[in-house]
Amino acid sequence: MKTAEDNWLYVITSKKKLIDFNFSEIWRYRDLLILFVKRDIITLYKQTVLGPLWYLIQPLFTSLIFTLIFNNLADIPVTDGVPNFLFNLAGITSWNYFKECLIGTSDTFKKNENIFGKVYFPRVIMPMSVVVSNLLKFGIQILVLIAFYIYYVWFATPSFDIIPQINLALFPFLVIMMALLGLGFGMIISSITTKYRDLFFLIQFGVQLLMYGSAVMYPMSYFKKKLPDYYWLIEYNPIAVIIESFRTMVFGIGDLEFNKLIYTAFFSIIIFLIGLVVFNKTEKNFIDTI
Amino acid sequence: MSSDIILKVEDVGKQYRLGLVGTGTLSHDVNRWWSKLRGKEDPYLKVGEANDRAGKGNSPYVWALQDISFNVKRGEVLGIIGKNGAGKSTLLKILSRVTSPTLGQIKTKGRIASLLEVGTGFHPEMTGRENIYLNGAILGMTKAEINGKIDEIIDFSGCLRYVDTPVKRYSSGMKVRLAFAVAAHLEPDILIVDEVLAVGDAEFQKKAIGKMQDISNSDGRTVLFVSHNMTAVKNLCQRGVLLENGRITLEDDITNVIDKYLSIDGSTALKEVFTDETRRIGSHKLMKAIEIVTADRDVYTNEDLLFKLTFDHTDTQELTLGYVIKDDKGTSVHAANMQQYNLKYRLDKGHTIDVLLKRIPLAPGKYTISLYLGNGSYDVDIIEDAIFFQVFWSKELKAVPPQKKWGSTFINTEWNYRNEEA
Repeated sequence: MKTAEDNWLYVITSKKKLIDFNFSEIWRYRDLLILFVKRDIITLYKQTVLGPLWYLIQPLFTSLIFTLIFNNLADIPVTDGVPNFLFNLAGITSWNYFKECLIGTSDTFKKNENIFGKVYFPRVIMPMSVVVSNLLKFGIQILVLIAFYIYYVWFATPSFDIIPQINLALFPFLVIMMALLGLGFGMIISSITTKYRDLFFLIQFGVQLLMYGSAVMYPMSYFKKKLPDYYWLIEYNPIAVIIESFRTMVFGIGDLEFNKLIYTAFFSIIIFLIGLVVFNKTEKNFIDTI
Repeated sequence: MSSDIILKVEDVGKQYRLGLVGTGTLSHDVNRWWSKLRGKEDPYLKVGEANDRAGKGNSPYVWALQDISFNVKRGEVLGIIGKNGAGKSTLLKILSRVTSPTLGQIKTKGRIASLLEVGTGFHPEMTGRENIYLNGAILGMTKAEINGKIDEIIDFSGCLRYVDTPVKRYSSGMKVRLAFAVAAHLEPDILIVDEVLAVGDAEFQKKAIGKMQDISNSDGRTVLFVSHNMTAVKNLCQRGVLLENGRITLEDDITNVIDKYLSIDGSTALKEVFTDETRRIGSHKLMKAIEIVTADRDVYTNEDLLFKLTFDHTDTQELTLGYVIKDDKGTSVHAANMQQYNLKYRLDKGHTIDVLLKRIPLAPGKYTISLYLGNGSYDVDIIEDAIFFQVFWSKELKAVPPQKKWGSTFINTEWNYRNEEA
C-alpha cells in the first residue's frame, strides 16, 4: 500500500512552503527559456525601419545630451584624461542593462496574465528570459562603447591616454550582479503589483530618480567633494558601486574598492533570493487577484 | 486496484473574494497575516458561502469549489459538465496548476497539460513554424521532442502552405487548427480539454474528436473533457462528473450524468424563469416562464417539441404570441406567430399557452427560442433567447446525422430508386 502512495509524480496542495524550488523542473523547461529569448529578439523591432539600430541610437543620443548638459553646461568635471562623452557612454551602457532588466521584469505577471492564466510552466522562466535577452542588447551596446574607446585612443587628436585595467576580468561579475539586482527587484515589484497597483506608478519615476543617485553622469568622488553631507545616499547604492567600478576598470581611474564590491555582491544575492521567494509565493494564486 | 488510478482529487476547495480590490482587502490581508503569525487558522476560511450566482449573498467570500473528490483511472475519458458558474473552469485551473486550491490536495502520477484556448501564447509576428516550437515548449515539450514531430503537426493542422508566414495573417480557424495540432501531439499522461471543439469547421471538428478518441483508446492516455456540447461529451466520455454550485452532485456513467444535467432546474435545458432583465425588451413584463416538455427530457430531430409559456401580469388587451428559433450562430431558422393562425387571447396571471411544434426539422445542435408578445400593431413584451435547448439525433431516423456545415435543418428524405428499362 505504502509504495503506491509514494508513486505520485507531484502533489498540488494549498500548503505553501517558504522556499519551494524545483530546479529540475526549471531545467526541464530550458528550451522554453531559449525560445522566449528568441521571440523577444526577433519580434522587438519587427515593422520598424531602423530595426536593431535602435539599440545604438538610444545610448548614443543620451550620452550626447548628458555631455552637453552636465559637462558643458553644468561644468561637471570628469576625472582627468577621460573624454566626457566616453565617460557618459560607459555609465549609460551599464545603467541601461540594469534598468532594462528591472523594467522588463517588473510587470511580468500583468503582461503575461493571459498566458499564465491558461497554462502552467515555471513562471520564473519569464523574467529570466527578459534578463537573458537584454544581455544581447547589452552586448551590442558594449561593442559601441569599444568602438568609441578605440576611436578616442587611436584616432582622436589629441589622443587620450587611457587603458583598461587588468581587473576588467571581473567584468562578468558586475554583469551578474546587475542582472541579479534587476531581476530581484523586478520580481518583487511584479509580485506586489498583482494586487496593489500603487507600486506600478512608483516605478515609473522611481527609476528616473534612481539614475541620478547612481553615479551615471558624475564620478562618485566629485559628489563626495561637492555634497559631503549627502554622500551616504549614494555611497552604499549598489548600482552606483557597480557603475563606478565598471568605469574604474575600463578607464583605469581611481582604485577599485573591493570591500564595497563584496558588499554589493551580498546585497544582490539577498535581493535576488527575496525576489525568488516573493515571486514563488505570488505565482500560485496571482491569477485570482490580478 | 489503486495502481491504475492516475489522478486523485481529495477534498479540494477554492475560495474567492468577490467585489473590488481596495483598502478593504489590505485590512483583510493584515488580519490574515496577523492570525497566521499567532499560529491560528485563517479567519476568512470559516465564512464564505456556496457559489450561487443568481442569489444575493451576505459574505464577500464564496466557495467556488467545495469538497471536490474524485479519481481518474489511466486511459479514461472523464467528462466534466455543469452549467455556467458551476466551477468547471476553476477546477480545470487548479488541475492545470494555474492557481492553487484553498483546501485539499490533488495527487497525480502523470504530467498534466491543458489544451490552450484559441492561439494563446501565439505571437502574431512569428511564423507558424516558430509558433509551433514556442507553443510546444510552453506546453512542456522539449525542442528535441518537437523536432521529432514537427512534420506530423504541420500535416495534422493542414496549414502546410502557411507554415512560414506570420500567424497574424492566419484566419482564426487556422490558428485554432495549429493550436490544436500542437496540443494533440503533446504527450502528457493527462490531457485537459476545455470547450475548444466549438470552433473550427465541421471537418476539423470531426478530425479533432477522432484524434481525441485515438489519444484515449490507442495511446491509453487520460483525458478530462469539459464542454457544453452534449453530443460531443456523449461520444467521447465513458464517465462523467456533474458540478452544481461548486459541489459534485453526481459521478456516474456519462449518460446518467447528462440526463441529470439536462434536468437541472433552469439549466440550458427545459425551464427558464424570466428574471434576467437584460434580454427583455418591451414596455410590459407579461411573460413569466418557459418550459420545454418532452417525453424523455431530450429534444430530437423530426420529433415533436412542446413548450409551455406561463404569464404573470394582467393586460387588458388581447394579445398574440410569436416565436423565433435561432441556431447557435444566431441565424433565424424558423419563425411563426398566432396572427398567421388568426388567434388572439387576453392573458392573465396563471394563464398558460402550450405551443406544439410538430416533427421539428432541426438538425442536431444548439438552438434558442425568442418570444414576442404583441397586440397586432406593436410588441409589448420581447424576450430574446428566452431558452436554450439541444436537439439530439433520433435513433429512429435510421440515417447518419447531417454534418453541421450542411445547414440547420433536416428533412427526412425518401430515395426511391427505379430502373425504367426493366
